[in-house]
Amino acid sequence: MATRRQSFQGFLFVLPALAFLAIFLVYPTIWTSALSFNTGRGLDFHEWVGFDNYVNLFTKDRLFFDARDFPPSGAVFNNLLWVIMNTSLCVGLGLLIAVLADRVRYESIVKSLVFLPMAIASTAVAVIWLLVYSPDPNIGLLNGILALFNNGYDPIAWTGRRETVNYAIIIANVWAQTGFAMVVLSAALKGIPTELMEAAKVDGANEFSTFRRITLPMLSLPIAVVTVTLIINVLKVFDIIYIMTQGGPRGASRVIAYTMYVETFQGGRAGYGSAVAVIMLLLIIPIMILNIRRFRTEGVVR
Amino acid sequence: MSTRKAVLAAPPIVIRKPRTLSGVLAWMTGRGVLHLALILIAVIWLAPSFGLAVTSFRERSDISSSGWWTAFSSWNFTIQNYAEVLGAQGMGKSFLNSLMITIPATILPVLIGSLAAYGFAWIRFPGRDWVFLAVVAMLVIPIQMTFVPVLRILNSLNLTQSYVGIWLAHTAYGLPFAIFLLRNFFVLLPGELIEAARLDGASNLGIFFRVILPLSVPALASLTIFQFLGVWNDLLMSLVFIQSQDLRPLTVGISQLLSTYGTEWHLLSAGAFILMAVPLIVFFSLQRYFVQGLLAGSTKG
Repeated sequence: MATRRQSFQGFLFVLPALAFLAIFLVYPTIWTSALSFNTGRGLDFHEWVGFDNYVNLFTKDRLFFDARDFPPSGAVFNNLLWVIMNTSLCVGLGLLIAVLADRVRYESIVKSLVFLPMAIASTAVAVIWLLVYSPDPNIGLLNGILALFNNGYDPIAWTGRRETVNYAIIIANVWAQTGFAMVVLSAALKGIPTELMEAAKVDGANEFSTFRRITLPMLSLPIAVVTVTLIINVLKVFDIIYIMTQGGPRGASRVIAYTMYVETFQGGRAGYGSAVAVIMLLLIIPIMILNIRRFRTEGVVR
Repeated sequence: MSTRKAVLAAPPIVIRKPRTLSGVLAWMTGRGVLHLALILIAVIWLAPSFGLAVTSFRERSDISSSGWWTAFSSWNFTIQNYAEVLGAQGMGKSFLNSLMITIPATILPVLIGSLAAYGFAWIRFPGRDWVFLAVVAMLVIPIQMTFVPVLRILNSLNLTQSYVGIWLAHTAYGLPFAIFLLRNFFVLLPGELIEAARLDGASNLGIFFRVILPLSVPALASLTIFQFLGVWNDLLMSLVFIQSQDLRPLTVGISQLLSTYGTEWHLLSAGAFILMAVPLIVFFSLQRYFVQGLLAGSTKG
């Protein structure tokens, strides 16, 4: 009898949360999946079109997927560039800074400075870097520095040109997110038993082989965790692009999440935008499965 | 556990300095390069935000005629930009809107999430672990999957013309992570304490408020900071779920400022700095909890 009352109370405790999740996450996910097979005019079901939205995205929408030229372009490939470049730079720099700072007394100052951008809004990061990238060498730091070393320098509009815009935004984002990788990897680094390092030194190993044979293998799990997290973040990146370029110039810096927003809320094509959202979900599901497996192995879910 | 403690308690290992002259020279060069690299890193991470801060205190004419890095040679600073942005450009109102959005959208998910987390951690009911697993799986649903139907619900209840819509949306999206984090913290609390309270006749609600919450202050603090900054810094959800110009938060205000005055750096820099101020204060005063929340949040989607 007591256990039945316990069960009932258990339901009561989780009920408010489950109600929120059902109304705002579960039901909408099903609804949006259905809408992706519809034109979705006026944010409502209008006309069923089967897989047309998906087919059009990959065959007719050059701003979403364009593999006809080399290098390929469009939101999907831009996002792929984000995944590769943003993730590897954040992890690489984060590891480098964690390892270097570990050896000096002012470690905490350097780490605080690198970590600071993690606290501020992507909107603010975007404005900060728009200032750095300003094409006016009297305003933008980057063009100002280049003009200093280079007589008759022609300032570059870093965020205004197709060839540079994606790299420029990615660098800004790397500046903002490296602190995350650094903090996680630095904490893991402190967890490596010092006797292990000492034994390697006694055996005559130099700095680099100690790093390659001991530090790196010991850090492989935290590196994997950071990488997965950064990839999920990058697949959802939106704010910094919206502020810095609005996806421009002429759609050159669009990513998947940006396409979803523009098509749905500016283009009025909710069905088309929903198809983009479903593609986002499909890209993230494998990572979700990976994550749940990890929770299980960690004994979190018993 | 005991061997781990023994390792930690072992005396620190002294770095042996080399003994030969060439060895000393090589060691010093290595240290020099190390310090140089770290100073360079510090400068790269400081300069962009420092430049924004300096620019926000310069006169409009100074900004366009010389770089901020020259500002200290001719000392001429003003707070006029802030007055203009806060007043004429409406950022003062936006600042209050941001607070009005963020505070309830932080308290609600922490409260509802901690109730659910207690249920998942300490009350047995059928299917509990599967439901919890489903909640964890929801961590990675991109919010884009929910925008159109949620917007329709909120529109039909006329909630996009008030703060209520975005409070509810932020609460829902924050819940999976809140439940995940708190449940995993609660489950590690000493079970004897909870059993003892039950035997003394305490109700579940009593245990929750008198035993669980007081013991969980660090986890609650980390989560609160994490959620607070997430909502304060959000742009996308405000763009979608707030449809009244009077209610726009700072992030939306800055994006509008940018599209109206794209190169008016005296306004943009001051506006962005106002947006950064609150997170910076939180960061410097509660850095420990912030880092902990972030480390726990490394699993968030």
